[in-house]
Amino acid sequence: MTLLSLRGIRKSFGAVDVLHGVDLSVAAGEVVGLVGDNGAGKSTLMKTITGIYRADTGSIEFDGKDILALDPGQRRRLGIEMIYQDLSLAKQQDVASNIFLGREPTKKLLGLFPGFVDKSEMDRQASKMIERLGAHLPSINRSVGSFSGGQQQTVAIARALTFDPKLVIMDEPTAALAVREVQSVLDLIRRLKSEGIAVILISHRLNDVLSVTDRIVVLRHGRADADLVTARTNMNEVVSRIVGGGDTAAAAAHEQRG
Amino acid sequence: MASEQPGFWARVQRASVERLHIRLESLVVLLALSTAMALLSPYFLSLSNFLNILLATSTIGVLAIAATFVIGSGGLDLSLGSVMGLAGVAGAFVAVNLGWPSVFAVIACILAGGIAGYINGQLVTRAFVPAFIVTLGMLGLARGLALVISKGRAIYGLPPEIVYIGQGRPFGVPMPVIILVLTAIVAHAVLAYTRFGRHTLALGDSEGAARAAGIRVEHHRRIIYTLSGALAGLAGLLFTARVNAGDPTAGINYELTAITAAIIGGTNLFGGRASILGTMIGALIMGVLQNGLTLLAVQSYYQQMAIGAVLILAVFIDQYQVRKESRV
Repeated sequence: MTLLSLRGIRKSFGAVDVLHGVDLSVAAGEVVGLVGDNGAGKSTLMKTITGIYRADTGSIEFDGKDILALDPGQRRRLGIEMIYQDLSLAKQQDVASNIFLGREPTKKLLGLFPGFVDKSEMDRQASKMIERLGAHLPSINRSVGSFSGGQQQTVAIARALTFDPKLVIMDEPTAALAVREVQSVLDLIRRLKSEGIAVILISHRLNDVLSVTDRIVVLRHGRADADLVTARTNMNEVVSRIVGGGDTAAAAAHEQRG
Repeated sequence: MASEQPGFWARVQRASVERLHIRLESLVVLLALSTAMALLSPYFLSLSNFLNILLATSTIGVLAIAATFVIGSGGLDLSLGSVMGLAGVAGAFVAVNLGWPSVFAVIACILAGGIAGYINGQLVTRAFVPAFIVTLGMLGLARGLALVISKGRAIYGLPPEIVYIGQGRPFGVPMPVIILVLTAIVAHAVLAYTRFGRHTLALGDSEGAARAAGIRVEHHRRIIYTLSGALAGLAGLLFTARVNAGDPTAGINYELTAITAAIIGGTNLFGGRASILGTMIGALIMGVLQNGLTLLAVQSYYQQMAIGAVLILAVFIDQYQVRKESRV
């Protein structure tokens, strides 16, 4: 079942054409890698999906509904969630505060004063959320800034999950992580898939993309240049589609050296 | 993997920073300072001197609460002392020159402060002038306006109801102390336990995260600055009522002491961490310091120097701790 379907998406900023008619589809529970060189239009494409940018022409359907005219808030309510590379976490606040920031459960103090944050309820739900992800954090009451990059990623994903998303877009989640941590973040992505949540993974780390995705879409000069089934492709092919022919063996070797 | 178990003291420290947002060092400093003063001066340890310290701390305490909210949200308000002076003069002008009932004088104080704070907030969030410059400008503007309204002279002859707010002692406790304690309790509840308070700290921590979470960042900042101004207005009322005069030079350099109190109390200078409890400890440290130095007959010029040095020292210690913790 197709969850997200983009057809002929064009977007230009003034005289600069960034997207020249992109077609992309994502099925429910599918993990799609989006790769491409710098400037290929990856971020612009993602922002037209989340609604930060409005596509000039083309159509976007999500869950059978035309969402082209909807703003980011409305799209989020339909189930599109994006986790940015900087994670947008408040580093001095604890886990629950970050997960529920802006939507804290409240109670009345002494049954009189409304608007008081129900911290114990918040902590309880936060622990449940982390558990659901199969992740471990040192303590739920520690400030998020004291956690490792992978643990912070866990908090960001747990936060995204509270919106009950159908699609999670992740921007370079494994960049700048230690090797051991990369695996745990990839496990989190698999966990999302197993819960039926679709993931679009934007990454420069092709090894990660090859290990966790079902399909890989290569964006090149503002077009979806290739749509590869991960099980039937390899590093060489992906790299050659990214750089567009030429000396692909050398490019692949370079990529593998990392 | 053998991880080093943190010692008892380190665990207590961490818990107090995380749960209460208080640096325990500040409590230690307060006790040490009080002990030193008690040893140095025979007059220090007495109930009347204790109430004196609290009374002297009340104005600074209210200003420090304002500073805690603003700095905790990642902002800065240098106009606290001047706005306090302006508010006191506005209240005295309404009560004495206009001869209106006392309740209007009280409203005038808080309204004058609130308006000054609202202007700060509007300029910071809409005109994109940094808070440092906006509130530095307001420091000059508010002080100048206070001098214009009062024609440069203190306004005397306040009605007894107003004077009671500053000098009354129900059950032997000075009114300003009661007002400070009530203000602190409400402020503590708001900052630590409400969505508004949590959003304030999140905003000071990471504006991007707050925005991504759907918090109306600019709107929130305007409320914070307005609140800060209104609290400065309350401080102006307390001061004016206590000295029984609307003095246009009241509150000069008070922002220095108020910000110092907030920082000593554990407020992160760059926002994201703050507690009213800590700020009250900080304000008491400043009060004990000033009271002690006065009892020891140290000239007030040196007291001013001491406050400045304490501010720099407090920020140094805080940043040292932050760097040490982030190095783990």
